[in-house]
Amino acid sequence: MLNPFRGFNAVFYKEALHTRRDFGTLFFSLIIPLLQMFLLGFAIDTNIRQINTVVYNADGRRESRELLDRLRNSDTFRLVRFVENDHDLTDAIVSGKFRVGIKIPVDYSDRLLHQMSAQVLVLIDGSDSSVAGQAINVTTSIGLDESLRRALSNSNAPFAVDMRPKLLFNPDSRSPNFFLPGLTAVLLLNVTTFLSAFSIVREKERGTLEQLFVTPVRPMGLLLGKILPYLIIGFFELCMILAFMRFVFLVPIHGSVLLLAILSLPYIFVSLSLGILISSKANSQAEAMQLAFLTILPSIFFSGYIFPRETMPRFFYILSYFVPATYFIDITRGIILRGASLIHLWIDAAALFTIGTLLLIIAAHRFQNKVIMA
Amino acid sequence: MTDSTQPAIVAENLVRRFGQFTAVNGVSFKVEKGEIFGFLGPNGSGKTTVIKMLTGLLPLSGGDATVLGLSVRSDPETVRENIGYMSQNFSLYSDLTVTENLTFYGRIYGLSSDRLRARMDEIVQLNGLAPYMNRLAAQLSGGWKQRLALGCAMLHEPKLIFLDEPTAGIDPVARRQLWDLLFELSAHGITFFVTTHYMDEAERCSHVAYIYFGKLIADGTPDSLRALPDVQPPGTYRVEITAPQVTRALRVARTIPGVRRATIFGQSMHALINDDLDLEHLREQLLKQNIVVAEIRPLAPSLEDVFVELTFKHQAEIEAARA
Repeated sequence: MLNPFRGFNAVFYKEALHTRRDFGTLFFSLIIPLLQMFLLGFAIDTNIRQINTVVYNADGRRESRELLDRLRNSDTFRLVRFVENDHDLTDAIVSGKFRVGIKIPVDYSDRLLHQMSAQVLVLIDGSDSSVAGQAINVTTSIGLDESLRRALSNSNAPFAVDMRPKLLFNPDSRSPNFFLPGLTAVLLLNVTTFLSAFSIVREKERGTLEQLFVTPVRPMGLLLGKILPYLIIGFFELCMILAFMRFVFLVPIHGSVLLLAILSLPYIFVSLSLGILISSKANSQAEAMQLAFLTILPSIFFSGYIFPRETMPRFFYILSYFVPATYFIDITRGIILRGASLIHLWIDAAALFTIGTLLLIIAAHRFQNKVIMA
Repeated sequence: MTDSTQPAIVAENLVRRFGQFTAVNGVSFKVEKGEIFGFLGPNGSGKTTVIKMLTGLLPLSGGDATVLGLSVRSDPETVRENIGYMSQNFSLYSDLTVTENLTFYGRIYGLSSDRLRARMDEIVQLNGLAPYMNRLAAQLSGGWKQRLALGCAMLHEPKLIFLDEPTAGIDPVARRQLWDLLFELSAHGITFFVTTHYMDEAERCSHVAYIYFGKLIADGTPDSLRALPDVQPPGTYRVEITAPQVTRALRVARTIPGVRRATIFGQSMHALINDDLDLEHLREQLLKQNIVVAEIRPLAPSLEDVFVELTFKHQAEIEAARA
């Protein structure tokens, strides 16, 4: 008599009817993540190229022009403007139109020809740390390289140590390859959390939830009946996002697509459970929306999606273990970029499944005790 | 499961507290099988709280209750299997059709598809929903929504149905039709627990109780309540006085010795007067003050009179206890 899943069939069937009848809303909630991916995929490029650069070449002879060519060829700098005095150089950077200013002193060529050390001034706008870092790296290494070549040009000795870095997995350092797998996690969370939270809060607003409580439906039957249709929809959404990523942004998937699809199920389950938990607290759709946004920000900032987890302060590093997106980003990047297999990723999937089940049990407990009615 | 002589509901000393506030304070009553039990009281007096306790939605802070012979404390799940419930906002899924709403509730109660089909036919027969089966619930008028909600609540053939303000916001014709339906079902042995604000609906109940700020202050058949000594003190009787200027007449009547209480009811006034004041004498007294009485006649107290009297008495007791 006390089947803990009592009512599952009825709720599942009814929920499927709701989504079919309200297909328009569903369609929009599924198409919006694709639009977001489209925009973000094109907008975000973390590789810094073609920094606007202003040059004051006080020397002007061959050696100085060779140096400028090397800077230009690095692809990091775009030499846009040439000025004739120090004041214009500083002013160009203060105005914000140029990130980097290069001054080659009047005696540059002379000093080089006399085997003396020549100085080149590089002014860098430090307000964007990643741009500044890139500018420092590239200019110092060009300087070092130039010095070495000049120092060694008289002897036939080879470079003593020749470092040859090779990028595995994302050889061109293409941003979409790195960002889109993470974005998948955020977009999926976004859609599914809202879907499940709204489906229960709507019933609260209409008063039908109160009615359901007076029937023999058991909380687990109700919640699972609500979750399952949206699990199917979430899965469909994932497939669309992946297809979009693969065929529009040409992100190669190195591992098994099937494995990725299967391992995404526990993540969709977590997101839906989170939505259900939110619905046990929120009494209106507006309230549910605020709570859902509260969960989305940590998923963006603490999951390793934007900032690497390894460099986080200890507290936030530990916190990141409680953010479901952390595990799923591990899974997507693992499979898509590194071709990882189940042996490497089962622990992430298990963590997701555990979190999801816990959330659902807490939610069911809250519904059981009718905390939400008081 | 239960023997037929057992009452449908037995509430013993029900108590429900929300923090410091006691919403229901020692309420006891019995509802016999087949009764239409009218549960009345002002807003916020604890009606819905009592329903929630009897349906196992709210745990009891004190006391005990059995519903259809089952304890709501120890067996709320089985209680819910066996009762029907219809809330004031009808709780239908507006984006589902009539058939789909009925099917959903049928499945919730675990009806087999054969039984569901048979029950749906019976219910549609009874409440005349047949022409609307494929219409969305959102497109039904208030009266039809209410019938559909009642249908959903009785698919599983409950012996007891709770109706929480079933006629709020419904037009008078639909209201009348619903009550006709309730009488018909009640004749088949179904017990109804109905809350309402309408006194005319209370008059139709076979058993009424009145809850006033957490306390039950009246419980009985409408006739037995009318005969209560507090309502009709010995040595008094009740009259209806019809006069053109009823508000002025009221002020005057209250000054006449022997008139204990007077209240306006529409175009007339109801007064409780001592036996020794006869009607002709009363008429003369009023005429002296230029009040021309059109009609004056003895009157049995209405349920509204009953509740007003009992509320006054209860208030007086509270104030006496305070002093």
